[in-house]
Amino acid sequence: MAQFLFFLLAIVCIASVLGMIISKNQAYNALFLILAFACMGGFFALLDAPFIAVVQIIIYAGAIMILFIFVIMMINLREGLPPERKKRTLYFALGIAVVLIVELILTMKAAFSPLKYGGIEKIGSPTDIGRLLFTEYLYPFEITSILIIAALVGAIVLVKKRDKE
Amino acid sequence: MIPLSYFLILSAVLFVLGAVAFFVKRDLITMFMAVEVMLNAANLAFITFAKSASSIDGQIIVFFIITVAAAEAAVGLAIILLIFRQKKTIKSEDIKLMKG
Amino acid sequence: MTDIFWLIPFIPALSTLILAIFGQKLPKKYISFQACFAVFASFVISVISLVGLLQTSPENYPLVKNLFSWIHAGSFKADLSFQLDPLSAVMALVVTGVGFLIHVYSVGYMANDKSYSRYFTYLNLFTFAMLILVMSSNVVLMFVGWEGVGLCSYLLIGFWFEKHSAANAGKKAFIVNRIGDAAFIIGIFFILIYVGSGEFTAINSAISGGAITQGVATLIAVLLFVGAVGKSAQIPLYVWLPDAMEGPTPVSALIHAATMVTAGVYMVSRMNLLYTLSVDAAQVVAVVGAVTAIYAATMALTQNDIKRVLAYSTISQIGYMFIGCGVGAYAAGMFHLYTHAFFKSLLFLAAGSVMHALSGELDMRKMGGLRKYLPLTYPTFLIGAIAIAGIPFLSGFFSKDAILTHAFASGQYFVWALGILGAVLTAFYMFRLIFLTFHGKERMTPEVKKHIHESPPAMTVPLVILAFFSIVAGFIGLPVVFGKNLNWFGHFLEPVIKKSHEAHLTLGTEWLLIIISVAVALIGILIAYIFYIKKTQIPHSLVARFPFIYKLLYNKYYVDEIYNATFVNPTIKGSELIYDKFDLKVIDGAVNGTASSAGFFGKILSYFQTGLIKDYALIFLLGAILFIAYLLF
Repeated sequence: MAQFLFFLLAIVCIASVLGMIISKNQAYNALFLILAFACMGGFFALLDAPFIAVVQIIIYAGAIMILFIFVIMMINLREGLPPERKKRTLYFALGIAVVLIVELILTMKAAFSPLKYGGIEKIGSPTDIGRLLFTEYLYPFEITSILIIAALVGAIVLVKKRDKE
Repeated sequence: MIPLSYFLILSAVLFVLGAVAFFVKRDLITMFMAVEVMLNAANLAFITFAKSASSIDGQIIVFFIITVAAAEAAVGLAIILLIFRQKKTIKSEDIKLMKG
Repeated sequence: MTDIFWLIPFIPALSTLILAIFGQKLPKKYISFQACFAVFASFVISVISLVGLLQTSPENYPLVKNLFSWIHAGSFKADLSFQLDPLSAVMALVVTGVGFLIHVYSVGYMANDKSYSRYFTYLNLFTFAMLILVMSSNVVLMFVGWEGVGLCSYLLIGFWFEKHSAANAGKKAFIVNRIGDAAFIIGIFFILIYVGSGEFTAINSAISGGAITQGVATLIAVLLFVGAVGKSAQIPLYVWLPDAMEGPTPVSALIHAATMVTAGVYMVSRMNLLYTLSVDAAQVVAVVGAVTAIYAATMALTQNDIKRVLAYSTISQIGYMFIGCGVGAYAAGMFHLYTHAFFKSLLFLAAGSVMHALSGELDMRKMGGLRKYLPLTYPTFLIGAIAIAGIPFLSGFFSKDAILTHAFASGQYFVWALGILGAVLTAFYMFRLIFLTFHGKERMTPEVKKHIHESPPAMTVPLVILAFFSIVAGFIGLPVVFGKNLNWFGHFLEPVIKKSHEAHLTLGTEWLLIIISVAVALIGILIAYIFYIKKTQIPHSLVARFPFIYKLLYNKYYVDEIYNATFVNPTIKGSELIYDKFDLKVIDGAVNGTASSAGFFGKILSYFQTGLIKDYALIFLLGAILFIAYLLF
């Protein structure tokens, strides 16, 4: 059952990312991405990380992508942009892709064997995460909150329309 | 049960797809989305290793990554808006002020 | 009493420093006072040190004061240390005493010069360097002073540097000096190798202890003497001294009569054990001295420039000092150095006074009959001339006689003969100068005649003092004919100058020698009198009869031209060639090439900076790939 779910999610995810690459319309790209993020949430759930899965859906697929869509709507381009015309760049990108894949898999090869199925204990409960956040990782937690405020203020200041003098 | 190596391979594939998308696309917003894809691939790898080592630290890190990605997206999109206002374009080739 | 002798060089040094930094802003009166007072203070300390020295027993000579350790590299040590012994005391007294009088004279002579403070800065600097030279206790520090006086000579000869000839003369002096100095340094190196230390006490004990063979001694002695030849203007490195007359006259008096040019004689006397050991080197010294004495005297016969006559005279007299040293009579050589300081500086200063009176004229053909107008300068000049000619009972008589007697006594008859011949010539050219300048028809232009005036007291008082000493200074070194142990000067120097043999002549021979030298001097004066007072057509007819000889002498044997052709011009041409081929192309090429290659690489790199984020990100990715690959393999 889990295997079937996994492969289904995997195919959908990769398909939507590919769709994002191929499509020329930014709104379509955003929607494809939302689908991909939803699949990611599924993966996290499969991996015994329920809290993170939900966070992923709420924040990534929910908040961040909505931001994207807002901006896309605001920019309001009539026509999309065609992708790279020059064939040379395409081949170059494909070449890099192959190289990178090979490298990454080679890197992870060492980790494959002990990783057959992973640990038995269920570890991803919100209780555990919450406890860790407020004890061991308190410092990064607080800093992240400052970071969010900074980003907030920054974004607002950046986009504020100047009053016409 | 699913062998965890599948997840890792998937994460690698997603990362590469994101990288390729970054180079192939020419408009800023899609390029930014490709960056988000790469971040997610990394998140997947983290969670996988968290499960394999039965350590919850991996998930905490992902938590922070998501948070930071949110902040970054906010600011990044603000900048893209500004660029559009100034130059009326979001083609990345038109932003060449730092040339030379 | 003697503890303070190390201050002697440093008071002028302090004065130099003050004048160098603040000289432009200080009033003239103060500069004069400070500069003269500094030298006078050194003179007073020298006198005090001398008194203290006389009270110390000779076993304690020399008194050394080590101020601080200067060089300490492995086993080689050279310190800033001074020594007080009879030789350095004599030199210090001469330098500070005569130097003080010349400083005072300069106050009057340079009163209207626009670079007044620079002049006194250099003069004090020179005094400082000279005192280091004569008072140092090791040969390395002495070389510092040696170079220092060479530098000051350059600065002072080229004092009026806007004049082309003066600047060139300064350069010539320095460069010719350097040639001698190169040999001197090599000599120092050999000393350090064979003795292990530069201290004079160590050198002397090494020589008397037999650590130095005669061959090594000859080598070192000859090398050091070459340095002395350069500094003291002997053959072949004398060519700078006549040109050095471009400098102010007091400079000529101080540097080129009394002190710097005598540094070579001092050095040979200081190293007397070396020259006694190496008979060959001593022979070289004596012969070079004798030949130079004659050679320079012949050139002085025909010069028309009053200062040039005195310059050649200086070269000639220093030749006499070297004769003294070369035959083993170092005390006699030093004695002549001491008396020569008085009368030669007197002659130069008096010549300066004449030039001052005649608004700068120095050609004797345009002078004449000046004794009416210069009532103080004329007698003092005359006294100086009589002294240098060797007329009895003035100082020059005693010192020159001492040298010639010792030359005869040590069997060097050829040297003695040259010395006697030189005495004739000396008397002749000196009195030629006197008669042309002060007697006879007045040949001045009416312009100049209007402004003739005797010099101010600042200039005439030193003349009188120097004249006094030119008369009496000889009495401290009376020869044997007047009494057995009346040579106080020689006796005083004995602890330092250890003679290997004592000259022994019968009393009769000594009297004969004295009579001969006096006679030739009188003959010289008589001939000059005939030529220039009685029958003034004789010089002209002689020139007409022997034009070739006259031309040869007048043009200084064409030595300058020969040197120019063989050494100077090839060097200049060679350096121009090297400049073109090497300096411009290779070195500048390398430097410019570095710059242009930097630009070139920069241009290449700028292709990577397209301004597009995609390209930058691509390079990131490539870097990451390479890095992962590196980690993998």
